[in-house]
Amino acid sequence: MNLQEYQAKELLVQHGVAVPAGDVCTTPEAGADIARQLLAAGEKLIAVKSQIHAGGRGKGTFKNGYQGGVKICKTAEDVREKAAAMLGNVLVTKQTGPEGRPVSKLLITGAPNIKKEFYLAVLLDRKSSRPIMIASTEGGVDIEEVAAKTPDRIVKEPIDPAIGLMPYQARKIAAALGLKGDLIGQAAKMLAGIYKTWWECDASLLEINPLCFILTNENKEALLAVDAKLSVDDNALYRHPDIQDMRDLAEEAPLEIEASKHSLNYIKLDGAIACLVNGAGLAMATMDIIQHFGGRPANFLDVGGGASKEQVTAAFRIILQDPNVKGILVNIFGGIMDCNIIAAGIVAAVKETGLKLPLVVRLEGNNVKAGNKTLAESGLTIIRGGSMADAAQKVVQAVSGT
Amino acid sequence: MSILVTPKTRVLIQGITGSFGARHTQLSLAYGTQVVAGVTPGKGGQFFENKVPIFDTAAEAAKETGATASAIFVPPAFAADAILEGVDAGLDLVVCITEGIPVNDMVKVKRAMEGRKTRLIGPNCPGIVTPEAGKDSHGGCRIGISPGYIHKQGDIGVVSRSGTLTYEAVWQLTCRGVGQSTCVGIGGDPVNGTSHLDVIKMFNADPATRGIIMIGEIGGSTEEEAAAWIKQHCKKPVAGFIAGATAPPGRRMGHAGAIISGGKGTASAKIAAFRDAGIGVAPTPSEMADTLLKML
Repeated sequence: MNLQEYQAKELLVQHGVAVPAGDVCTTPEAGADIARQLLAAGEKLIAVKSQIHAGGRGKGTFKNGYQGGVKICKTAEDVREKAAAMLGNVLVTKQTGPEGRPVSKLLITGAPNIKKEFYLAVLLDRKSSRPIMIASTEGGVDIEEVAAKTPDRIVKEPIDPAIGLMPYQARKIAAALGLKGDLIGQAAKMLAGIYKTWWECDASLLEINPLCFILTNENKEALLAVDAKLSVDDNALYRHPDIQDMRDLAEEAPLEIEASKHSLNYIKLDGAIACLVNGAGLAMATMDIIQHFGGRPANFLDVGGGASKEQVTAAFRIILQDPNVKGILVNIFGGIMDCNIIAAGIVAAVKETGLKLPLVVRLEGNNVKAGNKTLAESGLTIIRGGSMADAAQKVVQAVSGT
Repeated sequence: MSILVTPKTRVLIQGITGSFGARHTQLSLAYGTQVVAGVTPGKGGQFFENKVPIFDTAAEAAKETGATASAIFVPPAFAADAILEGVDAGLDLVVCITEGIPVNDMVKVKRAMEGRKTRLIGPNCPGIVTPEAGKDSHGGCRIGISPGYIHKQGDIGVVSRSGTLTYEAVWQLTCRGVGQSTCVGIGGDPVNGTSHLDVIKMFNADPATRGIIMIGEIGGSTEEEAAAWIKQHCKKPVAGFIAGATAPPGRRMGHAGAIISGGKGTASAKIAAFRDAGIGVAPTPSEMADTLLKML
């Protein structure tokens, strides 16, 4: 599950990491109020930041033509105007796709006097099965580009999960970033808090980009987490009710929300051939084989190992809500699952939804003969596929013929 | 012969009285597997189906029955504890079927298992099958949730991150009259006990395995690591398939580990590594068996 920047910063603050002062708002007036308080507290400049689950906000464009999803303002009135231009509009960035994301919340924060920007992240290193902290002197830019062009500017510090990030490791990273004097101690404390946030929140990724070396109003050197991105391991959400409450349904595709209610794993894609499959690997392979024979998959859909008749019907209803769908491929390898139960589910679903689109079904495995008989005796027009390849070719052909 | 387990392996089931564990214990018993014990805390002294003794702890179960392998069917929140209980009991092999274990729990488990003799397979996997010569491979060792009847005793090793794709490959082989030495599902999670490479090394050393099918998917780099080793050391033909060529980046495709992140873990990179290593790449998942059979 992804969190918004302001939510990630709340969690960072709970673990002792300094972030710019600020608050979140949903109206221009509330934004102006927050700005007034920040200015009164001594902030010189105010940042207005669109809260969406995608990067590239600053360089994004709103669908109404307004440029930039992050703005720097000098007055509360300026904040009110910028907030009015952003709220309720759809922001398109290089990460959102052309459909963009509606902006319903803004983070209003102080914009500090930045001397230098760094990149910092904590993630799982799959190769070693351990957490790893990654830092770079190239902050505020795309880390993948840095990794490709100047890998020597990235430092990696593996962390032993039994003891966590040790202070010497944090100091090593601080030194590699070129920090001196008091800032080394400050960085060690901050990095410890960042690691703690990652571990305690069961995060899969925590990215601080940029982490900034700033000058305070009193001309003191300090470190601040100016932007933050946090994704949490879905498997661990059960033990974080506070983080569950941060789920933002507006950021999720409506069909995917509907599917999750039926314990179906559905991801919408943009092709014309819907697929309904049991098992994640087989579901991916089914998408691949559709493409191999010249079609394009409309979705990933795993009905799981023990799908019921109700789940199959729900799956059909979800698939058919996608207006791009021109045909359906059902691919079931019933290992333990009874193919006849699936067949009955398909028949019921086709009748209930009044399906008009071409439907290709490939059943294999446990009790497959009875399943095939159920399909044959249903009186419905169902195209039968033998192998996966046969079924995929048939559905591609059926769709290209419509 | 086979790898990891033989038809004689004595198996205990952790979570034997839960509905999921009970159903698959029944299926393993019906298949002819030596299920000798079950563990459910608080139900020690009872019997499963009037024949399999239940113990309160894995240590007791192993000591009393000589079980050397376990299958774990406990819910995700308790699975890390169950795995380490199996390790503590001195088992040779722990197979964790449970899906949905928090990743950090597995990070801790792997750290705690360093230097211990137990091998972990999974989690989030279908388990292991070593088929026997009986009808529908009856009499073999089935640890987990695979359908036993699709197997046939033979000399092909199968290793995969995905359950149903494993069944697909196994069934393709069996339908062509070709049997399997052992089939291993290593699981779809980003942190697991045994990698593709670990299993490939075992198959390479197993005199009863003549060829190998390796099934991978997007995410991580274990397929690439296995391919690099195969190129240098593997004496046996390997055919493979990678699922997820059409998966969009940044999305988890069902399995927690099946995600392309930061441009890493793509199907095309894995397929290129397979080709470079001389692994036969099945153009579609329908041709996994045929691709290998042509190489034998």
